[in-house]
Amino acid sequence: MVLHANDKSNVKAVFGKIGGQAEELGAETLERMFAAYPQTKTYFPHFDLGKGSAQVKAHGKKVAAALVEAANHVDDIAGALSKLSDLHAQKLRVDPVNFKLLGQCFLVVVASRHPALLTPEVHASLDKFLCAVGTVLTAKYR
Amino acid sequence: MVHWSAEEKQLIASVWGKVNVEECGAEALARLLIVYPWTQRFFDNFGNLSSPTAIIGNPKVRAHGKKVLTSFGEAIKNLENLKVTYSKLSELHCDKLHVDPENFRLLGDILIIVLAAHFTKDFTPACQATWQKLVGVVAHALAHKYH
Repeated sequence: MVLHANDKSNVKAVFGKIGGQAEELGAETLERMFAAYPQTKTYFPHFDLGKGSAQVKAHGKKVAAALVEAANHVDDIAGALSKLSDLHAQKLRVDPVNFKLLGQCFLVVVASRHPALLTPEVHASLDKFLCAVGTVLTAKYR
Repeated sequence: MVHWSAEEKQLIASVWGKVNVEECGAEALARLLIVYPWTQRFFDNFGNLSSPTAIIGNPKVRAHGKKVLTSFGEAIKNLENLKVTYSKLSELHCDKLHVDPENFRLLGDILIIVLAAHFTKDFTPACQATWQKLVGVVAHALAHKYH
């Protein structure tokens, strides 16, 4: 999945507008993911996953920060997320299928909070971007 | 047999009651063709699909989107009996249309995003969870007769 020039500019534009709320968006993305795809909770047995959980908020902030970082370095996502990629391969080992689920929930959060921002073209670019991030994070799995 | 709680049925009905089937269906299908362009392979006879603008304005896309979402409405009316309700449609998609069931999942996810954009904060996590379950069950029913 190659990000073309228009995809990169769409991604930068979106994150330019929503980057400031990254923490909230990250937390809501996780909340939605745990609700819609309960199997994703298996990666967080050590978390309180109840409503308003401070741990979920903190983790959502981390996830969002990584997406922002990737968007800021959209020409070299692999470079920007290299350490995170190592972490996922060596320690976290989240099954690759789950990155799609997270991506879906992130798109739903953007759609519900910024419907005007998510034109079909931007939707396409953001979907590709999220795929690219998932690919990078699972690239060193084997 | 899939079980639907009273709350889930409520969440489905309350959203569906406010959906403009024609608009929503057209938008969902257009986005499918734009976001996942390889899905255009099933629509060679639809005319101009050369750009997002062309796709969104294409009358065949609009008409077909309405048809698809109208059929989805039938599923909602027959939640307890979905495999039977969709039996012939499943055979059609396998034997005549040759559609990979993965496409049903893609369209389901797109529909959720269209609903989220339409209902904004009313499309709560609980609402999304119920609708993700619904689109999954519909996709499964449509794939059920594949061989």
